[in-house]
Amino acid sequence: MNTILYINNLTKKFGSLTAVDNLSFTIEKGNVYGILGPNGSGKSTTLGIVLNVVNKTSGDFQWFNGNTSTHDALKKVGAIIERPNFYPYMTAFQNLQLVCKIKEVSEEKISEKLQLVGLLDRKDSKFSTFSLGMKQRLAIASALLNDPEILILDEPTNGLDPQGIHQIREIIRKIASLGTTILLASHLLDEVEKVCSHVVILRKGVSLYSGSVDAMNASHGFLTMQSNSMDALEQALEGNSKFGNIKRDGEYLIAYLNQPMDAAEVNRFLFEKGITLSHLVKRKESLEEQFLELTKQK
Amino acid sequence: MGRLLAIEFQKIRYSRAAKVISIIYFILIAFIALMASIEFDIGDIHFRLADQGIFNFPFIWHFNTYIAAILKFFLAVVIVSMMSNEYSYRTLKQNLIDGLSKKEFVLSKFVIVLLFSAISTLFIFVVSLLLGLSFSDYNEMGIVFSNMEFILAYFIKLVGFFSFCLFVGVLVKRSAFALGFLFVWFIAEKILWGILEYRLLREQADSVMQFFPLEAMSNLIVEPFTRLGAIQSAANQLGEVLTKSYDVTIFNILIVLVWTAIFIYGSYAILKKRDL
Repeated sequence: MNTILYINNLTKKFGSLTAVDNLSFTIEKGNVYGILGPNGSGKSTTLGIVLNVVNKTSGDFQWFNGNTSTHDALKKVGAIIERPNFYPYMTAFQNLQLVCKIKEVSEEKISEKLQLVGLLDRKDSKFSTFSLGMKQRLAIASALLNDPEILILDEPTNGLDPQGIHQIREIIRKIASLGTTILLASHLLDEVEKVCSHVVILRKGVSLYSGSVDAMNASHGFLTMQSNSMDALEQALEGNSKFGNIKRDGEYLIAYLNQPMDAAEVNRFLFEKGITLSHLVKRKESLEEQFLELTKQK
Repeated sequence: MGRLLAIEFQKIRYSRAAKVISIIYFILIAFIALMASIEFDIGDIHFRLADQGIFNFPFIWHFNTYIAAILKFFLAVVIVSMMSNEYSYRTLKQNLIDGLSKKEFVLSKFVIVLLFSAISTLFIFVVSLLLGLSFSDYNEMGIVFSNMEFILAYFIKLVGFFSFCLFVGVLVKRSAFALGFLFVWFIAEKILWGILEYRLLREQADSVMQFFPLEAMSNLIVEPFTRLGAIQSAANQLGEVLTKSYDVTIFNILIVLVWTAIFIYGSYAILKKRDL
């Protein structure tokens, strides 16, 4: 097993506020992880702790099975936190040179990485002249300089315009397809849903769910139905143990499945009961719905 | 060490402000030589500063290091803003994320402090040597290179002062406030000295105050003016005998070195404790 990051019972308190509460999860090589949570749920604090800029209150974490010190481990990590931080009076190229010196890697890759994020033609422009989207792309180039084992991105599309968001997503997808492990913190669910294989869901510093996106879809989906006799429909469904929770939602009836059942089967079953449907849709919950469901529970 | 120096050098070499202030600083030091050309006539008396013995070996080591040390405030600005910029650009955080440890970060700043001090010391040494060789009445090797402890004291003084600046920069985070803090500290030491002198005897006040950082740094190189021949003879005529010690003492050097250690370790301790 190739563990990149192991977090055990990590806790961080800011005075009386507990920003991260007994958080544990493990990151394995090759997967794309998402940390999901509303603003202020402790995503950035957690990343801050493992990146050596925020002191933990208790618990522990280990990079690469604990064989290296945290700051040496960070040389094998690429990370962008919140917003891009560079020296404004230096050019893109000079800033990346500095990062190479800190990470102790050769400067050969600078041009290659600038090319990847589409900034090669601006490499001699000062950082202060860059737009936010360009700054964010430069930050990604900088995080990739050491060909990191894991790329950590904290809200990478925050504050960008639609083109910028699209560009960053394309870059992330490109990097993920190269097999780099990625840890993506975001409150934007579709962003996580599109690229991640595993998620950790946080709320107020507490982990609500940690595991693969598929396993989270433990439910067998749900059906949205409409019929001219809604009451009969509801009765028919309640009489069948294959359906779990049933609820009215406006003109529709929503029924959650307890076991796998395809829409045709449902239709046949209802038709035999003498109910004809005017609307039938079977869907799996989107990450967003599950997320809202999960964060609502407590 | 080389890596840390390379990192800091990369940060400083492209900063226009740092470059301009450093250049002004070194030009001003070189301008000490211009004092040689100060001359004026008062009635029959022809006065030429260079003839007053200020450029005589070994007195020149004392005089030049004292004057040049006043200019250290230029580099203090560079050091304080170098540190506070790391906060305001949030690059301190980024440096740590990129894999610099907090210890390495403080060390890299200290390396720059040492470098600035060493270059200044070398520079003042060369300027004084050239100036002395042109104007000094004594040019024997033994005399030229006597009293070299002033050069050492100058170096220690700069290292101590810049470490103080670094510490204040780490503590206060904003360059303007940090420089203000330095100034307030300076005033506070003076006020404390005043209170102590009022309460105690002057000697007792001095013996307490010598342990405070700025006072200790200023004690390293005592003012050289009353040591000048002209001043001495004027004092003699007034019936005053100036019995002041102008020596650089090991004790003073130790006090400043201890402060330097406290400032550097303190910077590290603050960074370690702080959530960035």
